[in-house]
Amino acid sequence: MKIAVCIKQVPARDWQPRVNDDRTWVRDQDASFEVNEPDAYALEEGLRLKEKHGGEVVVCSAGPARVAQALREALARGADRAIHVEDDGLARGDAFAVAEALASAMRVEQFDLVLTGLQSDDQGFAQTGGVLAEMLGIASATIIMEVDVQPGAVRVKRELEGGWFQFVTLPLPAVLTIQSGINQLRYATLKGIMAAKRKEIRKAVPPAGLASRQRIVSLYVPEKTKRTEMIGGSPVEAAKELVRRLRDEARVIS
Amino acid sequence: MILVIAEQQGGTLNRTSLETIAAAQQTGSDVKVAVPGADVSAVAAALAAAQVAEVLSVQAAALDAYTLDGYVAALAEVVQRERPDHVFLSHTYRTRDFAPALAVRLGMALVTDCVATRWLDGQLIVVRAMFQGRLYADVTTSGPALVSFQIGAVRLDSLVNGSAPAPVRTVAVAIDAGSIRQKPEAPFREAKQAVDLTQAERIVAVGRGIKELDKIDMARQLAAVIGAELGASRPICDAGWLPMDRQVGSSGQTVAPKLYLALGISGAIQHLVGMKGARTIVAINKDSEAPIFEVADYGIVGDLFEIVPAMLKALQEA
Repeated sequence: MKIAVCIKQVPARDWQPRVNDDRTWVRDQDASFEVNEPDAYALEEGLRLKEKHGGEVVVCSAGPARVAQALREALARGADRAIHVEDDGLARGDAFAVAEALASAMRVEQFDLVLTGLQSDDQGFAQTGGVLAEMLGIASATIIMEVDVQPGAVRVKRELEGGWFQFVTLPLPAVLTIQSGINQLRYATLKGIMAAKRKEIRKAVPPAGLASRQRIVSLYVPEKTKRTEMIGGSPVEAAKELVRRLRDEARVIS
Repeated sequence: MILVIAEQQGGTLNRTSLETIAAAQQTGSDVKVAVPGADVSAVAAALAAAQVAEVLSVQAAALDAYTLDGYVAALAEVVQRERPDHVFLSHTYRTRDFAPALAVRLGMALVTDCVATRWLDGQLIVVRAMFQGRLYADVTTSGPALVSFQIGAVRLDSLVNGSAPAPVRTVAVAIDAGSIRQKPEAPFREAKQAVDLTQAERIVAVGRGIKELDKIDMARQLAAVIGAELGASRPICDAGWLPMDRQVGSSGQTVAPKLYLALGISGAIQHLVGMKGARTIVAINKDSEAPIFEVADYGIVGDLFEIVPAMLKALQEA
């Protein structure tokens, strides 16, 4: 089975985003980057499916040169090869631009199954997988918690809201967007890291005229709508004061 | 005209659709509501109470059980016929499933996770959350867009009802059931939940900031002392540190206790929608800019591994 896993490189979770001077993007020059967490689960799922059914896992990403690092990490964790659609503008691109860039490089590969995370931690569009499927002309299902590959089809467990689930069967090829927590992530071994150095990263150029359908005109820190009583002082003082307030002011503990 | 796509399941309206109708009303445009399904006459009649120009019952036998392909086929036809300026939806899991493909089919932009809109020189500005809610972005699109609204972003009580019911029109759509690639089975719940957090008066919830499995004991102790249930954000349950039935948020339980004490929870929107109805919210987090402080009544910026033991001590002293 030929499996593609689409990953995005995003600023690390503990990085505090600051707005740039023209207020249309963040100052990410000083950010450290990591693989988007739901995409890491998608990669893990792809590796497990390969172990079960054979075939190869090709990790794909669209973004600037720095994205090669995320692809290397995925190769170290066990992906067989990588495709990097390289373009600086894609760092700020919307889901349509990114999906189109990915689709252009992925079409020739004829993947049986395409996996990606359900959304990214940076722009959070939650649509790249679905857009990609439609551009590739194949079926999709989203927010997946279990993948069972059958002959010519895949039966998946979709997460619904409020603790509900549903099994859905769809024909291959298909795109699935993977929910965090579907599996337990593995870490790269030293052997994997060494092996990754010899694995291929195919560079691809995005199609000309790649355009986002939405544009950020202003980016800012949201205004607070609720008055929060911030309690300062040493940890001991703050803890004491909080307990007092919860007892006497909010009256929610005895 | 704004076309709102309402959501129903087995004849029961998803309440978030009413929030989205309210959002559409607030733009000042004419509003139409389309509700897809096999037989949606009762839901359409209920929707007609809202002050809208028209309610469309988008009916086809193939729309009985939700499928991505069925919904995209039906809604693409409706949008092409009605030609709205924009299409509004609730950012539910179902919308997240079908809206991307619908946007491609229609050649429209899809702006997700929106919290507000306004007009600027005749153009719709959509405000959406980014970077896990740490930043908001004002976004424009080059043409008509699908816009999905964050659950709870627009207050349900701001919905305006009409003085008389709006007209309901049945729109028959032709869907070839054989072209639907997804074969759905009946929705189900996992084995009965052991804990019902929705009934808890107090909840102590832990997030990534707890760092280690062993540290959860500290939170458990605090919960025991103040008579609270233990809850968690998604990553804690994903890691297997606490069972899934302890999870608060869009994929877990929605809670409204008297006290919600969030320890090391940054406050991703998926978590906030599950707990922002709590009466008193306390956040303890080392990151002063964590979005959890946006909804907190009391906040402490600091090291929870120092503050929680100090709280335990203070609680025992008095």
